Amino acid sequence: MILAQVVLNGFLVGAVYALFSSGLTLIWGMMNVVNFAHGDFVMIAMYVAFVAFTMLHLGPAIFVPLAAIMLFLLGVLVYYALVRHVMRGPMLAQILGTFGLALVLRYATLWVFSANFVSLPENLLGEVQTFAGLRLEPSRVAAGLAALGLTIGLHLLLTHTALGSRLLAVAEDRSAAMLVGIRPDPMQALAWGLGAACTGVAGALIALFFYITPTVGESLALIAFVVVCLGGFGSVPGALVAGLAIGIIESLSAFWIGPAFKDLVVFILFLAVLWFRPQGLLGKA
Amino acid sequence: MSIARRHLLALPALLSASPLLAQGAPVKVGTLLPLTGVAASAGGSAKAAIELAVELINTPQPDLASMPLMATSGFPGLGGRPLQVVIADQQGSPSVAQNQALRLITQERVVAITNGYQSGLVQTASAIAERHGIPYVTGEAVATNLTERGFRWFFRTTPIGPDIAAIYVEFLQSARVNGRPVTKVAIVNENTEYGTSIAEVIRRTAEARGIGIALQIPYAANSADVSAQVLQLKDAQPDVAIFISYTSDAILYARTMRAQGYRPPILIGDNSGFSDDNFVQTAGDIAQGIINRSAFDPSRPGSNSFKVNALYKARTGREMDDTTARIMQGFLVTCDAINRAGATEPAAIQKALRETNLDAGQLMIGYRGVKFDEKGQNSMASVLLVQLRGREYISVWPEATATAPLQLPYKGWE
Repeated sequence: MILAQVVLNGFLVGAVYALFSSGLTLIWGMMNVVNFAHGDFVMIAMYVAFVAFTMLHLGPAIFVPLAAIMLFLLGVLVYYALVRHVMRGPMLAQILGTFGLALVLRYATLWVFSANFVSLPENLLGEVQTFAGLRLEPSRVAAGLAALGLTIGLHLLLTHTALGSRLLAVAEDRSAAMLVGIRPDPMQALAWGLGAACTGVAGALIALFFYITPTVGESLALIAFVVVCLGGFGSVPGALVAGLAIGIIESLSAFWIGPAFKDLVVFILFLAVLWFRPQGLLGKA
Repeated sequence: MSIARRHLLALPALLSASPLLAQGAPVKVGTLLPLTGVAASAGGSAKAAIELAVELINTPQPDLASMPLMATSGFPGLGGRPLQVVIADQQGSPSVAQNQALRLITQERVVAITNGYQSGLVQTASAIAERHGIPYVTGEAVATNLTERGFRWFFRTTPIGPDIAAIYVEFLQSARVNGRPVTKVAIVNENTEYGTSIAEVIRRTAEARGIGIALQIPYAANSADVSAQVLQLKDAQPDVAIFISYTSDAILYARTMRAQGYRPPILIGDNSGFSDDNFVQTAGDIAQGIINRSAFDPSRPGSNSFKVNALYKARTGREMDDTTARIMQGFLVTCDAINRAGATEPAAIQKALRETNLDAGQLMIGYRGVKFDEKGQNSMASVLLVQLRGREYISVWPEATATAPLQLPYKGWE
């Protein structure tokens, strides 16, 4: 019984990892820009949810879309004000550019909200439910469903729409895309906006069960990079599979071997997968 | 033009002379705190407490007259010179702590350095003070080895590992779970210096007194998920679970235990994370009855602790937590020594620190007193156990000093 709960918890945590990584798949996986501010985008979304709930008394039905819209605008702004310029520079400029952005976001939040931990009431979506002896938190289930929904949505957008084809064309070859009449800047800005909007949904949902503090992005960001890499660059379903796999492996290894070693198990498996499949689980070679 | 300029030059002197009764050039004391980085919330609370201490010393406080320096303004032993604190941000990094200590000594010319917060950072910063022959006093860092280095300029007012383990084990020996003695204890500790050393000393003390540690779970404090640990405990069903955690993981444990429906009969949350007011405000409502150690019990009206807490609350809107109180007490002990030294030479202050002999009534915290042994450790430091009721920790053990009876079993969210 305990074991079933361990696997279930791992599954739900994995869904959160997948949700958290969905925005990064688009920006890093598609646009090939390493966004070190990814964790801090999620942190900003958590604060949007917090402010909307405590000051404006808005429920999750409103603050989740609100966070998505706010982060979409932030993503577009970041593209035009920063990324567009640093992309012309060497790789190092891109890395340091988004790293600088991460610090600006983090310390601006620290300045406005102080370093204190805040949180939303844990029963905003209802109390813990018991099914066949298994305990389910509604907020985590919602996060899991959202991860699934976002993954399917993004995948359909990229593979079944003209807009998706244009996005992919720009990602693949900027000059060739220009030759066929696609203006790359609006496409890239849209990719950043969509990627950031995903982090908006993720942050607002994670805020329902996690603590909120300006440095929260640090504890979640590394896993997002691993998820995208393991899933395969550019593969949206890959991130979902990788997120779930990491969640379940972490949970089982923490239970059997010990929580201090769960990262060790995850990263050994991660290296092993990259050894045999450098393109990731669902990536194209 | 020249007249106007002369007026301007006189302005700072006029401004500084008017509000204070204290006279003469200020005496500078350096304080190292984590104002940014992961421990910034604790550093912010500590900064407010240090600033309060400066205000209390520089202006007469008849209400707190039983404490040194409170009835007067500034340092009477130095002709009424005012106190000035230079707070430096150590950013949670051992190397920054070292550089800041050097800057405080060589550029700010402080007469002593206090605090430091994390044990690992106190270790590096105090080494710089030792080399320059400047007194270093910490009121909060508990790693036992800090006072085992043979330093001559290092002093510590807080109780340390063995004191803490002793009170937990004495309590567990007297506690009853369903009418029988405690036999099965689990320890869940974060795996850096703090958690590891406290867990180890609890294990040794408990085993020496015949209580076995059935299960020990070390974990990384920055984990995003702790449900596996909670399920391990749920599976093992110990009589007592002892958590040694920082703030973010303490909050996650409280929330995850509720989500998984797990409550041990006795739950102990060791100090730092569980004492942080952020924990009490964010997760206190679902961790009712958790037992913690503390040296600070502000619940008795009329006590120094009560009065200092009231002043702190008026300033910050928050209750003073145990760690912050220990930080402030360490700072006040330093200032008392500077005053008794009657001079700002480091050697005089070092001598005064060695001669420190404060009794319980002269403190803002529940130690039996402050008196340093040859290693610089306060031999009169003591701890008591407190229990969370609502959003306040109430002292419950030992019974002689308790303000309320202990309530068992652990209630959690009910």
